[in-house]
Amino acid sequence: MIDVKNLEVRFGQGTEAVHAVRGISFDVAKGESFGLVGESGSGKSTVIRTIAGLNSGWSGEIVIDGVKQGNRRDRAFHKHLQMIFQDPYGSLHPRHTVNDILKEPLIIHRFDDPDRRILNALSEVGLDPSYRFRFPHQLSGGQRQRIAIARALILQPKVLLLDEPTSALDVSVQAEILNLLVRLRRDYDLTYVMVSHDLAVVAHLCERVAVMNRGLFVEEITRQQLRSQTPKQGYTRQLLDASKGYDRALVDTFEEFN
Amino acid sequence: MAEGRTLLDIKNLRVSFETPKGIVEAVRGVSFTLGQERLGIVGESGSGKSQTGRAILRLTAAQGHVTADHMVFDGIDLIAADERALRRIRGNRISMIMQDPRYSLNPIMSVGQQIAEAYQVHSSASRREARERALEMLRTVRIREPEKVYKLYPHEVSGGMGQRVMIAMMLIPDPEIIIADEPTSALDMTVQLQILALLDDMVRDRGMGLIFISHDLRLVASFCDRVLVMYGGQIVETLDAKRLHDAQHPYTCGLLNCLPGIDRSDDVLPVLQRDPGWLTEREPAQ
Repeated sequence: MIDVKNLEVRFGQGTEAVHAVRGISFDVAKGESFGLVGESGSGKSTVIRTIAGLNSGWSGEIVIDGVKQGNRRDRAFHKHLQMIFQDPYGSLHPRHTVNDILKEPLIIHRFDDPDRRILNALSEVGLDPSYRFRFPHQLSGGQRQRIAIARALILQPKVLLLDEPTSALDVSVQAEILNLLVRLRRDYDLTYVMVSHDLAVVAHLCERVAVMNRGLFVEEITRQQLRSQTPKQGYTRQLLDASKGYDRALVDTFEEFN
Repeated sequence: MAEGRTLLDIKNLRVSFETPKGIVEAVRGVSFTLGQERLGIVGESGSGKSQTGRAILRLTAAQGHVTADHMVFDGIDLIAADERALRRIRGNRISMIMQDPRYSLNPIMSVGQQIAEAYQVHSSASRREARERALEMLRTVRIREPEKVYKLYPHEVSGGMGQRVMIAMMLIPDPEIIIADEPTSALDMTVQLQILALLDDMVRDRGMGLIFISHDLRLVASFCDRVLVMYGGQIVETLDAKRLHDAQHPYTCGLLNCLPGIDRSDDVLPVLQRDPGWLTEREPAQ
C-alpha cells in the first residue's frame, strides 16, 4: 500500500539547511499498522507529513497504492489518504460547526447524500447526532479528536496517517481514542502509519515499528521484539528503559546517540 | 504521613472562580501536609491539581477566590498573609517551576542574567557575586559550558536546557519548598528523567520539600514518596508511591488500567467509567 525508498527531506538553503530525513526506506502492506517512534527532532513527523504531501523539498520515491507520487498530489490521492494531527485544538476551524467541518470534504470530493454520511460518521466515532451543530470550542479535547477522525473517515480512505493522535489527551481519553482506532482499522481494513514518542502507544497499535534518531532509522522492530524487550540497538534499549519510569541509577547510564 | 520536619500544613483549601455561567469550584476542601519529601499530585485536566499548587503561593487569577482553614508555612498562615509578607516568601522560600520554559523566561534577557537577577532580588549580593553564583548554579544543573550558555537568549536553548535554566533560577535563592507544575511534560522521556534526577538530588542534598504536579500517574509513582490523587477538585486517595498497586479508589485503579503498556497484549483497553458519586463532597478527614 505504501512504499517509500531513499526518502530525504531538507528544509532551508545553504548553510542554514536542515537535513531532517536522511535516506530512509520502508513499506507498509494493506491493512497493516506501521509505527514511527523517536524523540523530538528525529524526523518522524516529517516523514509522514512528506507522504501526505505537506512538504515539498524531498527526494526519493513515494508510491501509494501503486501510484508514484510527485510534489503535487491529485484529488484521488487525498480521497484515499487522510491525516490526523496531534493537536485537536488547532486542527479544526474554530468558526465552523461540526456539520461544516464534516461537509467540506464531501463537497470537495463530490459525494452524494451528505446528511446521511455526516450522521454515519458521527455515530462511527461514538458521538451523538446532537453534536452536529456545535462549534469546536463547545467540545472537549477527546470529542474534537473524534471529529478529526470522523472528518478523515467520511471520505472512506484506505490509509490514515496519524501524527501523535493521543498525546494531547488525558490518559482515560487516550484509551477511548486508541480503542476507536483499533476498531476502525479492523472494520474498514485501513492501513495506518502512526508517529508517536510513546513506545507503549505504538506497541498497542502497530505490528511493526521503526525507531528513528536524527533523520535515520536506527532499527525496525516487531511488536513481539518490543514486548520481549529484545531490541538490537542500544538507542532502542535506552528508549525502552526510559519508558519504564524513574530510576535514579538508570539516568546516569544514559548516553548521547549520534 | 509526611517525613521529617513538616514544612507546609494545609487544611480545607478551596478555590472557586466566578464565571458568567456561575461559580466554578476548582478545588474543594483539600488538606495535606508536606515534609522534606517528594509529594506528587496527580490528576487529569480540570482535577484542580494546578490550582492547588498556585493557591499555595497565592497566585490564583484575580477573579478566583481562595479560602482555607489554614495554610501554614513556618508559622506563617499564607491565607492570612498580606502581599508584602507573600513577596518575601515567593521565589525566595517557596518557588514554582512552570511547564513551558519558553513562556516563563524573559525573551530579551540572556538566561544567565535572569538567573543572576533571581539571586540579586533575594539577597544583597553585588552583580559580580550574582554572576558567579549563577554560573555555579548552571554547573549544578549540569550544563556543560556555563560561560557560553550564560550569554544565550531563551530562543537559542533547547527545551531541556530551558527547563534546566528555569530550575537553576528557582533553586538559586535556596528555597525550602519547590512546587513543580508539569515541569517535564513537554520534554522527551530521557531528558525528562534527567531533569527529575536533578530535582531528586536537590531535594536529598538540601532537605527541600517538593510538590510535583503531573498527569502521569506511573511516572509520579516511580519518582515521588507519596502521591495524592485528585478528581473533581478533591483528593480521592493518598498513596504511598511504592504501594501504587494497593490503590483502592476506582478512579485511581481506572487510571492505572487504561494505560497501554508495552507488555500488555489486549486489543481493547479498559475505559474509565466515571461514577458521578466520585464528585460528592466528602467530609474533611480529621
